[in-house]
Amino acid sequence: MSQPSLLNRVLGILSVLLLLMPAASTADEEGHPLPFSDLVLTEPARHFSATQECVEPEDEMRRNHMNYILHQRDETVHDGIRTRQYALEECINCHASKGEDGEYIRVEDPRHFCASCHSYASVSIDCFQCHADVPVRPSSLQQSRSGHPHHLARENFAGDLAGKTALGLLATEGKPQ
Amino acid sequence: MKDTSKPADPSRRDFMSKAGATAGMAAVAPGVLLTSPAVARPADEKVTSDKRWGILIDTAKCASGCTACVSACETENGWGGESNTEKQSSDEQRAQWIRKVQLKEKATGHVTTLPLMCQHCETPPCADVCPTGASFRRADGIVLVDKHICIGCRYCMMACPYKARSFIHEDLKDQKPWAPRGKGTVESCTLCVHRVDEGGTPACVEACSSEGHYAMVFGDLYDDNSEISRQLEQHGGKQIRADLGLNTGVRYRGI
Amino acid sequence: MKLALNYREIEGKSTGFWVLLGGLGLLALLALGATLHMEHSGHYVTGMSNQIVWGMPHVFAIFLIVAASGALNVASVGTVFGKPLYKPLGRLSGLLAIALLLGGLIVLVLDLGRPDRLIVAMTYYNFKSIFAWNIILYNGFLAITIVYLWMMMERKMNTYYKPAGYVAFVWRLILTTGTGSIFGWLVAREAYDMALLAPMFIIMSFSYGLAVFILVLLAAYHWTDRPLGNAILYRLKNLLGVFVASVLYFVAVYHLSNLYATEHHSVERFILMDGGVYTKLFWIVQILLGSLVPLAMIYHPTIGKSRPAIATACALIIIGGIAQLYVLLIGGQAFPLDMFPGYEVSSSFFDGVVNSYSPSIWEITLGLGGVAIALLLVTIAVRVLRFLPESLDDSVVDPHAAKAD
Repeated sequence: MSQPSLLNRVLGILSVLLLLMPAASTADEEGHPLPFSDLVLTEPARHFSATQECVEPEDEMRRNHMNYILHQRDETVHDGIRTRQYALEECINCHASKGEDGEYIRVEDPRHFCASCHSYASVSIDCFQCHADVPVRPSSLQQSRSGHPHHLARENFAGDLAGKTALGLLATEGKPQ
Repeated sequence: MKDTSKPADPSRRDFMSKAGATAGMAAVAPGVLLTSPAVARPADEKVTSDKRWGILIDTAKCASGCTACVSACETENGWGGESNTEKQSSDEQRAQWIRKVQLKEKATGHVTTLPLMCQHCETPPCADVCPTGASFRRADGIVLVDKHICIGCRYCMMACPYKARSFIHEDLKDQKPWAPRGKGTVESCTLCVHRVDEGGTPACVEACSSEGHYAMVFGDLYDDNSEISRQLEQHGGKQIRADLGLNTGVRYRGI
Repeated sequence: MKLALNYREIEGKSTGFWVLLGGLGLLALLALGATLHMEHSGHYVTGMSNQIVWGMPHVFAIFLIVAASGALNVASVGTVFGKPLYKPLGRLSGLLAIALLLGGLIVLVLDLGRPDRLIVAMTYYNFKSIFAWNIILYNGFLAITIVYLWMMMERKMNTYYKPAGYVAFVWRLILTTGTGSIFGWLVAREAYDMALLAPMFIIMSFSYGLAVFILVLLAAYHWTDRPLGNAILYRLKNLLGVFVASVLYFVAVYHLSNLYATEHHSVERFILMDGGVYTKLFWIVQILLGSLVPLAMIYHPTIGKSRPAIATACALIIIGGIAQLYVLLIGGQAFPLDMFPGYEVSSSFFDGVVNSYSPSIWEITLGLGGVAIALLLVTIAVRVLRFLPESLDDSVVDPHAAKAD
């Protein structure tokens, strides 16, 4: 009809604000669910180094982590480059978390770090069809960042680890990375 | 077993351990001797064709009932009985990266055994036929499958003259992070590339040594001073299906 | 009085039409369901293994692809070789070629271990691989045949259909050579490593393609009550006889060559004598039922003129073709690799033994689904567009009474 009345306008603005309220919360804040969902993103461990929480700045990782992964995989498979900074295994070592039962959360569980965001964004990933989704051996990120080149087959290859399970690695848990 | 099946005589073992020591390597755990041929390349450096990795297998030393190499590979790479993967696949469908083959010469009755794995050919038929280039030969001679681009067509399996490749027929879990493997892609012996890249030796070679048979020698075929080159020069080494002209990296004595 | 050649869509209203559509559609859906099951669970549900790597889906897929190339033969004879009797059949020929190829490709792609990576297959190419070349050739064939069809069917483009026909003809010779080379270039396996396989596949394509074409032609005209004269039919069936005999020739050369070389005696003994199911399929289905009996039927003075007999002969040829591919594909894989000549071999990975293969219902359904999809496409297409002449009566197609097409 004619111009909306003052009441209509107020009601309209209020309803828009009401709808936008969930969007106002972000996953950064502890425990707040994501917009239009009650899924809470698993927090990353944030301990890459004393000065840096992750291998790259957080907003960079959020947008472009797949590029680092895709680039690293080609370098590793075809050129034998095994730097640890962008290695998928190191991502898992840092981002893995445990449930209340003390077991590492597997990728089928939406609380798994990668699964939490990817299931929310509905972007399927097939990395874990082949790659281990939980830590298996201690991280070697420290060694690579210390500048020492990799040398000598480390004893923590399967010959040693064959009997160990992820639970067994709990013994080394808690040590600074 | 007949004739020359006794393990290396003391002077040879002495020589080998001296060579190992002078290379600067040390025994890591009891019974495990690392005879690393050279210092490993830094992690951020590409592989080059300066080296070519190979294995020499002396079938005379290969013990008839022994499957240490197979078990070691299973444990290292997470396939087969030791790791209890692929529970739903049939025997013919389960992966096998390395197997012991028993040979009986029809004319004479002579019996031999040897381990058979991917032969890491110089001109691999699997790499030739792969439509996406997922099956490829690395610069240092190791033939691998890039499982990121493998579409699972299995043409490489048809083409391999050694039936060295396996296809994964079901979902897998608990893979080893250094040996990813998954449903719908093809895989084969990687010459333990994750170990080799860090200056180590393949698990099968290591296991054969720790069992005391010393039938397998790993090393750089392009290095005249490496143990494998010296043995090849002294005793020769034959390729399986040599008539195909593939110039394999795995050589055998006694066939 | 000569009737003009007039293309018209089929009516497509009868119960039979809907039953056909429904049946084919159901089979196609079952095949898709089978694929989902195979892809979701993994190939362990199939009969294929690390020993028999390619199975029933590949037998069907290769048959469909080879037949697709041969189905275009009819159009080529009309366009490239200028035979007026074949020209009215050109559109159906092109359509059948496209439909069969799509059916075969769908089966091939759905059987991949990672069909979700099809886009990878279309963007990463290893040009040393004949398989990679085949992917390009198949897609090119589809494009070229579509263009060829368009030029035949679009009045304004009629002047250009000859060059398109020539390109299509050459392209599919290369394509079928490529398909045969997929096997012929495998040095690893005794049953395959032979240059003869490439031309053999070409002649096989002529035979299977024409057999399928004749069956589809008979069905299309009989079920829509459109007249199909004997002039065309007898010409086609006689040509089919020539192709069947040629395939027999190539098979004979293949086996005789292998038999002459002592090194191949064991694989020949396996196929021709000791192979159990493969031997039976070879002699009874491929040679007897698939080649000799149809030849006799086709060239018999009275039997060869009966339409049911011609249809039966075509069906037998198709069945014989599937058997031939089964013996080649599966039999060739069942026979163990000869890695150690002069030795008896055994291992935990089935070295030195004949491998067994029993196809699962999933693979068979997938393969049949490819056939269903191909036929479904044809059925829908002839209903929607003008592929079929209203009449192929003798008076319509008789070259002496017809004006230039």
